[in-house]
Amino acid sequence: MLELKNVCFEIESEKGKIKIINDISLTLDDGKFVVITGPNGSGKSTLAKLIMGIEKPTSGQILLDGTDITNMSINERANLGIGYAFQQPPRFKGMTVRALLSLAHGSELPEHECCTYLTNVGLCSKDYLNREVDTGLSGGEVKRIEIATLMARELKLAIYDEPEAGIDLWSFAMLVDSFKAISKNKHESVIIISHQERIMKLADEIVILENGKIKKQGAQEELFSAILSELQNECDFGRDKEE
Amino acid sequence: MINNELNKLDSGLLDIIADFDQTSVGAYNVRKNGQSVQRSSTENVTITSKTDKAGIDIFIKPGTKNETIYIPVIITESGVEEMVYNDFFIGEDSDVLIVAGCGIHNCGDQKSEHNGVHTFHIGKNARIKYVEKHYGDGDGNGERIMNPQTKIFMDENSHCEMETVQIKGVDSTVRENTAALKAGATLILTERMMTHGDQTANSDVLISLDGEGASARVISRTVAKDNSVQVFYPKVIGNSACKAHVQCDSIIMDNAKVRSIPEISANHPDAQLVHEAAIGKIAGEQLIKLMTLGLNEEQAEEVILQDFLR
Repeated sequence: MLELKNVCFEIESEKGKIKIINDISLTLDDGKFVVITGPNGSGKSTLAKLIMGIEKPTSGQILLDGTDITNMSINERANLGIGYAFQQPPRFKGMTVRALLSLAHGSELPEHECCTYLTNVGLCSKDYLNREVDTGLSGGEVKRIEIATLMARELKLAIYDEPEAGIDLWSFAMLVDSFKAISKNKHESVIIISHQERIMKLADEIVILENGKIKKQGAQEELFSAILSELQNECDFGRDKEE
Repeated sequence: MINNELNKLDSGLLDIIADFDQTSVGAYNVRKNGQSVQRSSTENVTITSKTDKAGIDIFIKPGTKNETIYIPVIITESGVEEMVYNDFFIGEDSDVLIVAGCGIHNCGDQKSEHNGVHTFHIGKNARIKYVEKHYGDGDGNGERIMNPQTKIFMDENSHCEMETVQIKGVDSTVRENTAALKAGATLILTERMMTHGDQTANSDVLISLDGEGASARVISRTVAKDNSVQVFYPKVIGNSACKAHVQCDSIIMDNAKVRSIPEISANHPDAQLVHEAAIGKIAGEQLIKLMTLGLNEEQAEEVILQDFLR
């Protein structure tokens, strides 16, 4: 179980302190599939980075299975079973896709297992295993490999930061299927930051962030229709013509 | 009297620089402390000593396929300085692997220095792969110096892949590679280097693409740590309708200095020449990514460098 207690994250700017995350408390039960959504700049990625340890909260507490991990390093959290798929993954010259997947897995991965993970994200595995994760791959390819590195791990909590960004429609369908399988398995808790309807529909729970705070939180069935109607009401463009 | 026996230290060095041991199959010549100590020729590959200077001639018969030739050099005594000339005559249509390498173990206070000039005459349609590793160790104050030169003459439609690796322990190195390519010849030159401490490394490459359809790729990946200094000067000249790509990438750390000066020069309107050069430190994002996989910062750095130099 993941618990966030009154977590705040501030940064210094020319205009003084800015609260990126403003007093967020959240509990994520084991095996739950949660989608965090909200407008750009609402603090979604920062929240994910705080859970992974890439950023440290200015105040508040983060607990995993009752253990306070607030001051733990990134790798300590990783070894406790937290994983994070970057929104914009870095590239590595000389590192093959297979080596990266093996590194994620924690031991040398047999070819057929590598292939399964790559197929799950819509990549034809044979073509990719020995390619380097460098500038020779497109943004969408690197992104899908990033997602595969998380799937190759045994995790308690997997965090995906906008997995759909930069991915074409065909691969996206594949990705949704993979997330569907994960959500059915219920082995690990999953947090996905996403704006995609089809991903939101897989969730047990949806959290809407706005200005660093939780605006709404609840079961997918309740919140999903509310989000859609809210979005439709927000945009007045073209409405005059119909009236 | 020359001691022709190879001891444990020798075997260790030979294994590091050339994956060579007594069971290796193929023609070989092992040079130790300035003398040829072991040699074997095969039906297709003949190795003979030069009569006018130090070094050997290696004759590979036309049509020789799938043979490996080992020519490792080791220096285990302090104060050895040598200048060696090895000439390879590679027959037409052959396809061979040549494994060279130099290991210096210097426990004394005098410098040990190996200067080697390797000349390759590659016949028409022949293919060679040449692998060379440089390594130094030993806890003495004596410097370990290696200055390799290669001169490559490539006949029509020949192919040469050259991999040079210098990972550890060489205090000073000046490397010079030159190549001249006739029509249809292809050359791939890969250089991997890591310097540390107060080491210095200079690497000059001069490739002349003379015949139509000749092509060359130069890939240089280096890591400079501590106070070490590296200078790269790869130059490609296009004298015909030819293609070349030069890529120099360096990771710089600590107080190291790296200069990278790629030059491309075209003397023909159909010469297509490209160069890229980059120097930079390990990106923070890369370290963070690997830490999210459970590695600590030092392990993450190690993995990044290892793969970069792979």
